[in-house]
Amino acid sequence: MLMRENCGKSRRGKKKRVRKERKRKVWVSLWQRTMAREFGEPGGVECSKVKKRTKKKNKKENKTRIVFSNILHDHGKGRDNPNRHYANNEIKTTKYTLLSFLPKNLFEQFHRYANVYFVFIALLNFVPVVNAFQPELALAPVLFILSVTAIKDLWEDYRRHRSDKEINHMDCLVYSRRERRYVEKYWKEVHVGDFIRLRCNEILPADVLLLSSSDPDHLCHIETATLDGETNLKQRQVVRSFIDQDSDFEPSRYNSIIECEKPNNDLNRFRGYIAHGNGRRDGLYKENLLLRGCTVRNTEEAVGIVIYAGHETKAMLNNNGPRYKRSKLERQMNVDVFWCVVILLIMCLFSAIGHGLWMFQYGDQRPVFDVLSPEGTDMSPALSAIYLFLTMIIVFQVLIPISLFVSIEIVKICQVYFIHQDSDLYDEETDSPLQCRALNITEDLGQVQYIFSDKTGTLTENKMVFRRCAVAGVEYSHDANARRLATYQEIDSEEEECTSRGGTLPRRDSVTSHQSGRVVLRSQSTKSHRRTGSRAEAKRASILSKHTAFSSPMEKDITPDPQLLDKVNECSIQPLGQLTHELSDIMEFFIALTICNTVVVSSPSHPRQKVRTRFELKSPVKTIEDFIKRFTPSRLTSGSNSSSSSSLAAGRSAHKPGSESALLRLEEEQHSARRADLQSAFGPAPPAAEEGELRYEAESPDEAALVYAARAYKCSLVGRLPDQVTVELPHLGRLHFELLHTLSFDSTRKRMSVVVRHPLTDQITVYTKGADSAIMDLIRPPSSSDTKSKRQRKILYKTQNFLNLYAASGLRTLCIAKKALSEEEYGAWLNSHLQAETAIQGREELLFQSAVRLETNLHLLGATGIEDRLQDGVPETIASLRKAGLQIWVLTGDKQETAVNIAYACRLLDPEEELIILNADTQEACAVLLEESLHYIQSKFLCDFPEHTARALRDDIRALEVPPALVHRLGLVIDGRTLAYALEGSLEDRFLAVARSCRSVLCCRSTPLQKSMVVKLVRNKLKVMTLAIGDGANDVSMIQVADVGIGISGQEGMQAVMASDFTIPRFQYLQKLLLVHGHWCYSRLANMILYFFYKNAMFVALIFWYQFYSGFSGSAMIDQWYLIFFNLMFSAFPQLITGTLDKDVSAETLQDLPQLYMNGQNSEEYKPYMFWMNMIDAFYQSVVCFFIPYFAYADSDVDLFTWGTPITTLALFTILLHLSIETKTWTWLNWASIVFSVSLFFTVALCYSASCPICYPPSNPYWTMHRLLGDPLFYLLCVITPVVALLPRYFYRACQGSVFPSLIQVGRQLDKLSPESRTGMLDQRAMCGAKLPLYPFPGPLPKDYNPSAQEPHLCKRWESTKDSKQPIDQLRPGPTPQVTDSKEADLNQSVPAASRDRTPPRSEDPRSKAPALPPCNALQFDPALDSPDFKIVNWIPSSPFPQRDSVPLMPLYACDLLSARRGQGSRTPNGPDCVEAEDLGSPKEGFLTTTLL
Amino acid sequence: MMASSYNAKEEDGHLSGTPGPGVVGADTSKKPDNTAFKQQRLPAWQPILTAGTVLPAFFAIGVIFIPIGIGLYVTSNNIREFEIDYTGLEASSPCFNCSQSYSWNNTKPCTCSVSFTLDQAFEGNVFMYYGLSNFYQNHRRYVKSRDDRQLNGDTSALKDPSKECEPYRKNVKPIAPCGAIANSLFNDTLALYISSNGTQIEIPLSKKGIAWWTDKHVKFRNPGGNNSNLAPVFKDTTKPVNWAKPVYELDTDPENNGFINEDFIVWMRTAALPTFRKLYRIIQKKGMTPTLPRGNYTLLITYNYPVHSFEGRKRMILSTISWMGGKNPFLGIAYITVGSVCFFLGVVLFIIHHKYGNRGNSSDIPS
Repeated sequence: MLMRENCGKSRRGKKKRVRKERKRKVWVSLWQRTMAREFGEPGGVECSKVKKRTKKKNKKENKTRIVFSNILHDHGKGRDNPNRHYANNEIKTTKYTLLSFLPKNLFEQFHRYANVYFVFIALLNFVPVVNAFQPELALAPVLFILSVTAIKDLWEDYRRHRSDKEINHMDCLVYSRRERRYVEKYWKEVHVGDFIRLRCNEILPADVLLLSSSDPDHLCHIETATLDGETNLKQRQVVRSFIDQDSDFEPSRYNSIIECEKPNNDLNRFRGYIAHGNGRRDGLYKENLLLRGCTVRNTEEAVGIVIYAGHETKAMLNNNGPRYKRSKLERQMNVDVFWCVVILLIMCLFSAIGHGLWMFQYGDQRPVFDVLSPEGTDMSPALSAIYLFLTMIIVFQVLIPISLFVSIEIVKICQVYFIHQDSDLYDEETDSPLQCRALNITEDLGQVQYIFSDKTGTLTENKMVFRRCAVAGVEYSHDANARRLATYQEIDSEEEECTSRGGTLPRRDSVTSHQSGRVVLRSQSTKSHRRTGSRAEAKRASILSKHTAFSSPMEKDITPDPQLLDKVNECSIQPLGQLTHELSDIMEFFIALTICNTVVVSSPSHPRQKVRTRFELKSPVKTIEDFIKRFTPSRLTSGSNSSSSSSLAAGRSAHKPGSESALLRLEEEQHSARRADLQSAFGPAPPAAEEGELRYEAESPDEAALVYAARAYKCSLVGRLPDQVTVELPHLGRLHFELLHTLSFDSTRKRMSVVVRHPLTDQITVYTKGADSAIMDLIRPPSSSDTKSKRQRKILYKTQNFLNLYAASGLRTLCIAKKALSEEEYGAWLNSHLQAETAIQGREELLFQSAVRLETNLHLLGATGIEDRLQDGVPETIASLRKAGLQIWVLTGDKQETAVNIAYACRLLDPEEELIILNADTQEACAVLLEESLHYIQSKFLCDFPEHTARALRDDIRALEVPPALVHRLGLVIDGRTLAYALEGSLEDRFLAVARSCRSVLCCRSTPLQKSMVVKLVRNKLKVMTLAIGDGANDVSMIQVADVGIGISGQEGMQAVMASDFTIPRFQYLQKLLLVHGHWCYSRLANMILYFFYKNAMFVALIFWYQFYSGFSGSAMIDQWYLIFFNLMFSAFPQLITGTLDKDVSAETLQDLPQLYMNGQNSEEYKPYMFWMNMIDAFYQSVVCFFIPYFAYADSDVDLFTWGTPITTLALFTILLHLSIETKTWTWLNWASIVFSVSLFFTVALCYSASCPICYPPSNPYWTMHRLLGDPLFYLLCVITPVVALLPRYFYRACQGSVFPSLIQVGRQLDKLSPESRTGMLDQRAMCGAKLPLYPFPGPLPKDYNPSAQEPHLCKRWESTKDSKQPIDQLRPGPTPQVTDSKEADLNQSVPAASRDRTPPRSEDPRSKAPALPPCNALQFDPALDSPDFKIVNWIPSSPFPQRDSVPLMPLYACDLLSARRGQGSRTPNGPDCVEAEDLGSPKEGFLTTTLL
Repeated sequence: MMASSYNAKEEDGHLSGTPGPGVVGADTSKKPDNTAFKQQRLPAWQPILTAGTVLPAFFAIGVIFIPIGIGLYVTSNNIREFEIDYTGLEASSPCFNCSQSYSWNNTKPCTCSVSFTLDQAFEGNVFMYYGLSNFYQNHRRYVKSRDDRQLNGDTSALKDPSKECEPYRKNVKPIAPCGAIANSLFNDTLALYISSNGTQIEIPLSKKGIAWWTDKHVKFRNPGGNNSNLAPVFKDTTKPVNWAKPVYELDTDPENNGFINEDFIVWMRTAALPTFRKLYRIIQKKGMTPTLPRGNYTLLITYNYPVHSFEGRKRMILSTISWMGGKNPFLGIAYITVGSVCFFLGVVLFIIHHKYGNRGNSSDIPS
């Protein structure tokens, strides 16, 4: 049963199969024996299970894989090796082999309909009746296109092959049975079941189960940056049963069998068990598995057995190819390709009918020039019309541009190249440039309408800094820390550099024995892992220099709050038992901060060297026996609270109760130390690490921030082992907490816990840390009414208020709680937990339930506020993106208050705009709320609406169909629960109707799934282009759903980056990416596609006109060589150059005038009508190019091709000059390409017509070109024809540029100005407060964006429809339907005049916003802050957002909205649980009531 | 171009010149090169099309085109051209009889003569064309129906003509020259007489130099080289179906016989349009006297070529030529028209420029 995983694939002969079958039986019985031995006790069940398994082999074999040691079997690769069916470690990522390349590649290429079409046409040419060209020649372009693609594929495949080879030939140490030692082997020679010895800094060749480690704690540290980009070290444990073995691991003695999952791509899951020869059976977890591609760190040596190899490793299974998306422009283009087909068919049909009629007119008399078919048969007019139809398809095939698809691909690759190369999108700090992962949607960047952004790590830096905390109901504001942060901003970066250099060198030294080999290995690995995660590899490289995650000095150095420090010192002086509740809470709070995490400690001198501080060897409680052994009744009773604590207290009672002076001294000491630290950090060479200079490597930045915070209070984490945490406490020295369990964080629980044995109290204690919403519900409710519980209730109440405040000032909040367990309680829980842990099926679910069972009745210790600073330039970026007409939605998992405040900070919400806040508990409430909001929006803005829009809004469903979306000065805030209701089918339309009329939308507490649902909803219902940007794993689904997914290569791993189309290092780069590159890519490609259609239509139409003069016989006056290579060679290069390099507006102007982006949003470069305009122009031009030579040569002795060649030349000139008109930027490349094209044509033509006097039938162009060049008529034609052909376009462009310039043209004119006058111009615009009343959707109402602070009244006005129309018309790009006189007059006015012109309506505006924000908010707020803890001065300097100085801390909520709603009475009662209240007014009221307590 | 590449180099140098202390990091850094090309900052000319900027172009076109047009028009007008239709479909026509008794294989030649008067004398070399109307020499299958290798004197192609010649490839023996084009060779003969004092004097017509030089000397060759006796060479072949005599009897002059017969070569160059003319003879200029003085002329036609079936017309054209070819006033008129239109549009743009001129520059920034 063990070895048939792949037996379906096995192609061995029958005999072999028989042998295999026999072999299998042997192994089956062996397995059964093992199992039986193993489960002596519950044997009955197990044995029957085994039997059952044996019976249901086939079923079973789909689920698990069984790995034996290769040592047991004579020939590692032999036939009897049960592992032989598993993939070996040789990887082959190539798509083709030498043999399969041609058929496979062709097969793939023919998936493209266009290719099939062209091949069909080429083959049609081989049919004699219908052929138009020499069949071989007609094949040429198709073959050319196919071979270009094939060569590209071949090259890519070859590169893959080379890198495969490189990887496959990397070395590793594999145990050789014969030599009884480890020998060097190539990676590809590694097999499942081999034993591998890993050395420090080696890259894992396969997925390996860790069996032994040189580490005394049986750990192996690995760095997984190549897989998930996480930079912290991960600890992996030796399989439990091998820990107990005292001696070194000896492969030859290994005789266990491993059963585990089939290969899968889940990096975070590995389940299985190992069955030993002695019947013992141990569970295997992901902690035991070392994944391919990771790097061994900090561990001298480790030995493991290969479980998955080659393509079955998790890293390889995770390696998906690049994604294929079709861009909006391409979809639009495909529609027009379809129209081209229609035009083609019409033209062919017309010709066919014409031919039939032409033949019909001669009747029975066949004229001499109407040649019989090659077979000599006479065809009826109808039959020859049918044949001619096919012939014409061949002749006109060029109308469907064969090279368009290839050209677009080439241009896109060039565009991607240039985006890559933009140094403005390169982040110096992390050495990461922008990356395009999807190569074919560059132009989508220029058409985005909605941006969905994550908050943490995207808008913010994800550098968590501890800011303030509340312990036992008392707030510690850490003012000094806030001031420190303010100064850190500048020096931050340099310092990191300094420390990095100090840290790198010793680490290089740690590479010991295999120095040279290692270096090679390293350089190879840098290349080799490009594929699995080039990005991650790069990151790893950069991390080598940074070497500690999440530990910029800003995050590390926390200035303690003096008040809290006093208390800490106080409690450390008093004996533990006598501490007041508050002090003990403080103590426990810091202990919880220190240990309730997964932070790994390392020291800076050996950055990856774990600090060893073990004092007692004890494995974590993992088995029942263990438990029984260690928790004997005697021990259970002995561990009484008082005794142990008193003894410990006695041990440290040398200290007297702290006096004033002692405290001062302490503080002084600390400050000086801090200064010294700072100085040393800035010094050229950092001093050798002291004990206190430990480095913490955390999985998430929050954790590190908290640990650093605790360290500031001398409560520092010194070491972490899987079973033990060492903490250094002030005056207590080192304490070793026995770590019993870690219940890791998950997004459903939103919390994590550790279970430890408290060394002071010897109690089993649970420390829990998590989101306040998660923790607050689990706090044990104060039951009785005695003073203690009263106090408890007060603390709860106060803490909740502090939490609200923290959130309101944009901090991330966490609650810390603890729970003491009695041994009995613990024992009961442990029992169930162990069951959960050993379960193979549904283990996650069981563990989850187990954790939930434990985390109840908690005792609240305190709350922390962590600041996540905004990234540089985020407010500016958002402002400018919004000016560009982009709707920005923020979807975050954060609390509502935190999110709202961050939104204010990054100017997503404007203090002056109203907020609609939707918090509902039920579906019905949600429906009512949405309905009300709609009514509100409607009533508020009704007066300004034109009648039809108002009517449409009343019926929200229909409102969706009405194109103009009115975007108001409204912000919508909705929380996750309400969002869940709103996203349900019946309400989603209503929700959208509300959301789309708001300027910004903020979804808080949203789950990853909701994020993607929102994006999907908007994308599908509103039919808009969406962009999702995020940095974390929780954004992956939304990134994948959106049209354009952007990942931020931040601090949170690689999942988002892997899923994204583009990766940028910082949010602010989005501005240039969209506004500049997006715009360029879009306008370049759109113009190129239009030009392509034009070009082909123009060229083909020439032949069409000729049919009227050749009896519709399908004759072409253009030599077939010219006809076929015209597109491919003569006219190909200039358009590629223009498509790649043309810049309609300079990057600076595009960024200064974000409004220009709307050009792409509204698809203004390529509207459906433009295709037809281009077609009409093409037909006009071809008429000119045909008939001027026609009349010039009418009734002359010119022969067919001597007449056709000038037409070809004229067409070429016309087409090139047409491109010249459309080219906006002329670099030398443009000139060169045009000169090249012309000279190429003449060179080819001259060579062609001189080469062979008897070749190239039927045109036989011998000496034609030479003769033409001697003919003055030819030159005269060359001059006049392009002029006539292009006159209308040129004239139109000139008039358009003067009379109704598009915004783009205005931008180009701005480009022409000198830099000074340009900035002056833009400043002037900003100064006079003139807003650009441009709207993403043509609507009568101005969005009135960005009122200047000096004129706050501006934003409150709503211009009446008539007045606002003027500026819209003036600036709406493209031709406006009616150009009125008044507009012209308006256009002539200078900027200030124009804005002055629009001032009058303002006076009447405030009325419309009459129930504007009453000043009550601020007034109410101030007294509330009067209590000492809430002094507004405490808050303002610490507020991270300087621009909000004048804004009250609590956001100004939409009073008028609230009052309106209150009248209708659908509120939920206010209270401390105000978060759930339906509007944000209530939290404030809740806040008020509590502060009055 | 020079400037830009220079810039790029300079910037490169700057970059590598200041690598800073982290030399090791410099080569592994992913920082994009700061070159003008990669940063899309190549020096560029950015023309903006507005009324003001294109104005000069329109006037320039006007100014240049109108004189050219006038020149062309005058040149074309100076060309003498006389055309006479001798199809003879009308009963009054002298060739009516001939046109009625039509057959390709008419053994008895039918002749007719047409008289005409030249009002003006023709100076210089006069070109005599025959013109056909409604004759689709550009028909797709017709154009293909020839074998260039055979015409080039390839003996193997002579014996086994190309498949393209079907159905005029073989008539028991291979046909030489094969194909529909050759088969439909124009076989009227024209002779011109001047009536001088009642007597008809034949005007000497030169049949040399009517084909392209390259055609006559390179493209078309008789099989067997310069053998003056062509009959043996063509002995295994047969004449085209419609021909009265085999190809080696086209002319008596060995330099103009067989495939290198210039009338044949001219015919083989298929016309572009259904109404075309082909050069038939040249009347060489002699001394100072007009080549064709004013007076009465007679055109003697050996009427062989049937055009009745496809309602074609046959013409004889006498024309002098200029540097720009035959008489065609079209180009002159076109140039004058286009020049005038451009001039007019220039004026329109001028008005636009003055009306919207101030918008053309800086004040047009959106606000």
